[in-house]
Amino acid sequence: MSLGPIDDLYREVILDHHRHPRGRQPLADPDVTAEGRNPSCGDEVTLQLNFDGDRISAVGVDARGCAISTSSGSMLADLIEGMTVAEAEKVADAFRGILHGGELPADLDLGDLEALQGVQKFPVRVKCAILPWVTMLDAIIAHKQGRAPRPVSTEGVNASGAPMDVNVKERDA
Amino acid sequence: MRSRHAAAERAAAGGLLRERFPILGRSVNGRPLVYLDSAATTQKPEAVIAAEAAYYRTSNANVHRGLHTLGDEATRLYEGCRSAVAGWLAVAPAQVSIQRSATAAINLVARGWDHHLKDGDAILVTEMEHHANFVPWQMLAARRKLELRVLPVTDGGELDLARLDDLLDGRVKIVAIGHVSNVLGTVNPVAEICGRARDVGALTLVDAAQSVGHRPLAFADTGADLLVFSAHKCYGPMGLGFLVGRPEVLAELEPLEGGGEMIEWVRLEGTTWAEVPHRFEAGTPNVAAAAAFPAAIALLEELGLADVRAHEQELTGYALEKLAALDGLVIFGPGDPARRGGLVSFHDPQVHPHDLSTILDQLGIAVRAGHHCAQPLHRRLGVVATTRASFGVYTARDEIDALVAGILEARKVFAP
Ligand SMILES: Cc1ncc(COP(=O)(O)O)c(C=O)c1O
Repeated sequence: MSLGPIDDLYREVILDHHRHPRGRQPLADPDVTAEGRNPSCGDEVTLQLNFDGDRISAVGVDARGCAISTSSGSMLADLIEGMTVAEAEKVADAFRGILHGGELPADLDLGDLEALQGVQKFPVRVKCAILPWVTMLDAIIAHKQGRAPRPVSTEGVNASGAPMDVNVKERDA
Repeated sequence: MRSRHAAAERAAAGGLLRERFPILGRSVNGRPLVYLDSAATTQKPEAVIAAEAAYYRTSNANVHRGLHTLGDEATRLYEGCRSAVAGWLAVAPAQVSIQRSATAAINLVARGWDHHLKDGDAILVTEMEHHANFVPWQMLAARRKLELRVLPVTDGGELDLARLDDLLDGRVKIVAIGHVSNVLGTVNPVAEICGRARDVGALTLVDAAQSVGHRPLAFADTGADLLVFSAHKCYGPMGLGFLVGRPEVLAELEPLEGGGEMIEWVRLEGTTWAEVPHRFEAGTPNVAAAAAFPAAIALLEELGLADVRAHEQELTGYALEKLAALDGLVIFGPGDPARRGGLVSFHDPQVHPHDLSTILDQLGIAVRAGHHCAQPLHRRLGVVATTRASFGVYTARDEIDALVAGILEARKVFAP
């Protein structure tokens, strides 16, 4: 039986990250620990970052839930370790753009994350893919502002009808 | 009984009155729709859809106010719904209050019993409640400094009645229990529990959202003081629920909302309330939904609720058997279909419920994945989410076969 877009969604690289998540090891002394959880579906991610100046020097991601959220978290750990904060934010924004129907950016190598482009065709699953990234964005903002991160959710829409994940940065601006 | 069984088996093969449900003719992702989410909301028969439209086309007016013909027709349709529900559950119309939903009805009770409560009193609920029958009581407990007690669930997915003696003492003033669990399917012995609650002087409320319209049921069978349900879970329209109660209990319940319709006299100095049940019905109600619901009741009466129940039980037995044959699949709730409603929740260690639900959706199969508004229960079960297949009169056996084939397909995607 052909499952059509399903084969696009569950590409082998995604399943591999799901089965063998990277960066699962908790950090011994994290600068920031942030929680993302989508209560209605049960996806949860705990994300830890260490900073060295404006560079992300270490990442710990413990994502529990469906294959889309766990693989996205694993790819995040792979990708952003060693990036500057600005680079990590740029990747998050680009990924968010893709999930909401945009094209892959020509000037940015998203590595394995590009495999999650197939989520575009499954609007109800965008919240799963984006959860670790929104959690990361909030962790970065919290770190910059010197406050504790707040639990993040990517379920539902905000008061202006936009998906929750779109306004995380603006929320604290 | 044998012939009922044979009839149920024939019905299970093809589903009952499928042709009356227009939505079942559509396809999803290029496949015929297999709708296995009836516990979230049932599909609507043509008669209900037509009755709701007919109300707006021919009789739309506000109720209990206009002295003109349309106002009179709308009022008759609205009150006709009350009478139909009353007849169905074998109570008097004055014992039926028309609400927005089962949830609204529970909240009404949770806000309207204050004058019978004092500091240190207790409320007893169960660990398998839908949030609708849990959160309002938690809110009441916090607001009035009451103790919220929770009757636990056994490993077999039934209420741990052995704990009832310790939990149900004279301090308990309200007992709120679900009749049929929307996750485990468990049919709870509500009459027994309500009887014991009455012995200690507690008010009893039964959440019958998953049982009304799915089995023969008279209000008196539950032994409860109050019963709530939603029309949309038994083939009726959305935006309509009911509070059914014993007259002497309804008379003691304070209205939650003030406004039009619920008053007798309004003076600057104060207001007197309308009679029960109108005092619980402030504002313009969903008359169209009320006008349509009797068509759902008529369809269920045409089938006969004993046959509806037999059909759901037959399908549940079939689903339990087929799902149990899937290696490693964990099924929650009692093993005996006679002790459950028409649904099965399970957990597949190989495929997360979301991933399963997405894959099934590609095959046109609608199931529910998540915590089904019962987080405390899922914590007890030790999983964050389950997948639930639930059945209606129209469900056919081959739809369960399609589900099983879909699970195998999903396992293939996730096979190492
Ligand atoms: C057992 C149970 N109780 C209460 C409810 C709440 O029903 P409604 O959302 O229609 O108010 C539901 C439905 O989700 C349910 O399954």
